[in-house]
Amino acid sequence: MSNSNFTRRGLLKTSAVAGAGVALPTIFTASSAAAYTNEPTGGTVTLGFNVPQTGPYADEGADELRAYQLAVEHLNGEGDGGMLNTFSSKALQGNGILGKKVEYVTGDTQTKSDAARASAKSMIEKDGAVMITGGSSSGVAIAVQGLCQEAGVIFMAGLTHSNDTTGKDKKANGFRHFFNAYMSGAALAPVLAARYGSDRKAYHLTADYTWGWTQEASIKAATEALGWETVNAVKTPLSATDFSSYITPVLQTDADVLVLNHYGGNMVNSLTNAVQFGLREKQVNGRNFEIVVPLFSRLMARGAGENIKGILGSTNWHWSLTDAGSAAFVKSFGTKYGFPPSQAAHTVYCQTLLYADACERAGTHNPCGVGEALEGFEFDGLGNGKTIYRADDHQCFKDVLVVKGKDNPTSEFDLLEVVEITPAEQVTYDPNHPMFAGGNLGQCNAG
Amino acid sequence: MDAILLQTLNGLDKGSAYAMIALGLTLIFGTLGVVNFAHGALFMIGAFCAVTMQRLFSISFETLDPTQTDFLGNPLKVKTPYVESWFGPEMGASIIDWSVPLAIVFSIPIMLFVGYAMERGLIKHFYKRPHADQILVTFGLAIVMQELIKHYYGANPIPTSAPDAFKGSFDFGTMLGFDPNVIIYPYWRLVYFAFSAIVIGAVFAFLRFTTFGMVVRAGMADRETVGLLGINIDKRFTIMFGIAAAVAGLAGVMYAPINSPNYHMGMDFLVLSFVVVVVGGMGSLPGAVLAGFMLGILESFASMNWIKDIIPGIDQIIIYLVAILILLTRPRGLMGRKGVMED
Repeated sequence: MSNSNFTRRGLLKTSAVAGAGVALPTIFTASSAAAYTNEPTGGTVTLGFNVPQTGPYADEGADELRAYQLAVEHLNGEGDGGMLNTFSSKALQGNGILGKKVEYVTGDTQTKSDAARASAKSMIEKDGAVMITGGSSSGVAIAVQGLCQEAGVIFMAGLTHSNDTTGKDKKANGFRHFFNAYMSGAALAPVLAARYGSDRKAYHLTADYTWGWTQEASIKAATEALGWETVNAVKTPLSATDFSSYITPVLQTDADVLVLNHYGGNMVNSLTNAVQFGLREKQVNGRNFEIVVPLFSRLMARGAGENIKGILGSTNWHWSLTDAGSAAFVKSFGTKYGFPPSQAAHTVYCQTLLYADACERAGTHNPCGVGEALEGFEFDGLGNGKTIYRADDHQCFKDVLVVKGKDNPTSEFDLLEVVEITPAEQVTYDPNHPMFAGGNLGQCNAG
Repeated sequence: MDAILLQTLNGLDKGSAYAMIALGLTLIFGTLGVVNFAHGALFMIGAFCAVTMQRLFSISFETLDPTQTDFLGNPLKVKTPYVESWFGPEMGASIIDWSVPLAIVFSIPIMLFVGYAMERGLIKHFYKRPHADQILVTFGLAIVMQELIKHYYGANPIPTSAPDAFKGSFDFGTMLGFDPNVIIYPYWRLVYFAFSAIVIGAVFAFLRFTTFGMVVRAGMADRETVGLLGINIDKRFTIMFGIAAAVAGLAGVMYAPINSPNYHMGMDFLVLSFVVVVVGGMGSLPGAVLAGFMLGILESFASMNWIKDIIPGIDQIIIYLVAILILLTRPRGLMGRKGVMED
């Protein structure tokens, strides 16, 4: 009689355990051969561009991708060089990064955290990406930043405006060039008080996710400090498309300002609905009712059409700026694609150059070396004036633009006009500011 | 009181859209027995008919203006719509301004054709398949349609204006003795409600007072017997599919100025429209219309701040809660008939 324990079920169990062990992602285990995750060994270095190619922010993602491709061209010495010519650091020579030709892979975040993490993971594991960059949503950026920290690669955030990205969710491997909700509030509030008065009553509609929450908290704090009263703040689902039932209650209050903490399609629809219900013609206590959109983009302005005219907001960058860096970028991008770049395109182009420059200055692609080179780095010539990558939270501090929907646009791109450039000092905050509290950069992870 | 009036008005336009989509869904289900998950996509295509019309009328020729420069510093290319050069600036501008109402004419043959092509090209092969197969194939078709629209029109919402004559809003408050600016309702939403009433009325009249409609109603009641009388009921049902598609398309065309069309708008309406059909009673055309308006208004009430303060998130689930309540008390829905979808 056989006394063997070898059974079909036992074999399957053993195979499954062994299979799982073999399949365990190598990025989460210490690598023995390489000094750090995806250390480039050949003549090329691969960057991972993780942008929304489908979903509600696909247009912004497409513009980001154009800018990334332009940045790669310039890094490899092709084209007119763009902002490489105006960048204050001269470490980049147009011969790739550390002499290695830059190649790239792309992923589709679908503006969903799980899809974004999956595509970033694939680019790191399968394609050998040494840096991940992109995103058009704070939820996505925070999720991918966490993954990059675990994987031991640098994450250069794209369009993400939530305070949390460099606040409670900041990571040592993550860096953000784009401004944030606090900065929008700090830049916008004084302009609002000067134009509309300091005794206004504001009603907020807020997208119900991380960016909306921090945007509402920031603009509320900044306006209340200048004397405004907040009548109500209502959260709206991110999936909402018709905001009329959120707009009509505003008519029942004594509010004289509506603040739309919405972005992308949400903002286009809520603003359209607000205009349809006559809020722009409304008078409260003898004063005009006003609408404010704290975060503007040209692509959103295009979607909102003529409803955007005269409305104040803030933006990270605008193509109409006349400094040498902006002019070089607009010329380069406009010549290649036939239209001016968006703020999303600008920030990701800058991030790619900043990463490459940090590698050159550090003499390595090692994320810890690159991180050290970026921390406290002061630069100019990239379209935002003097800028510093603060070491405490990996947030860039630079001037913020307060913009207004243009009343008489001369072209389909001429939708916003800059009404004030708020100096960086006015939007700078303490790293321990309560709105950014609760997080810890931790240690850099090289894999 | 003023808040209740305002929310009732506010629910009318959404209710109109639900009613028109649900009416088409019920027509298709009642005639062909098909659960058409692509119906929301037909609504979306209707809205893009309006976008296309606006773009067609806005096709322009370019002239160089050396006195102005573009963003690259080159002489500015000034665009002049062809319609303005053909019919004069004022007439041309009026044509562009009225592009959404004009799109109604343009959309009817397109939607009839789309509906006909969908039915003949794909859906007819699934008549005898289980409802799960029909749902899968029509849902897949809806995704294909929306991806095609996204490819050609982009992912962002496209502003599509109502004619200038219908911009602005009507102050019901002053008419009813309330304070000014308290009960305001946009003109175009009133137009939308009136339009939906006309379309729904026309469909009912068509089914009630024409021989074609009588045959279709007979076919809905007993397809086999009508077939035995030598009437080609399949052909009529195919035409009804086209009509249902046209109703959804018209709902979309006129909805375009209310919310800027985007490729995903059909999906936003689809699930709720199915709930409307079930609440109204499967196969019941008046039930679909009644439930459409009722749920649209209820949804609007549920988004009042004081209600949301008591039950947070109620605005997101009210329609489903009411659907559960109605189906528990009236399993066939509000006006459902015995024997429909029960075999």
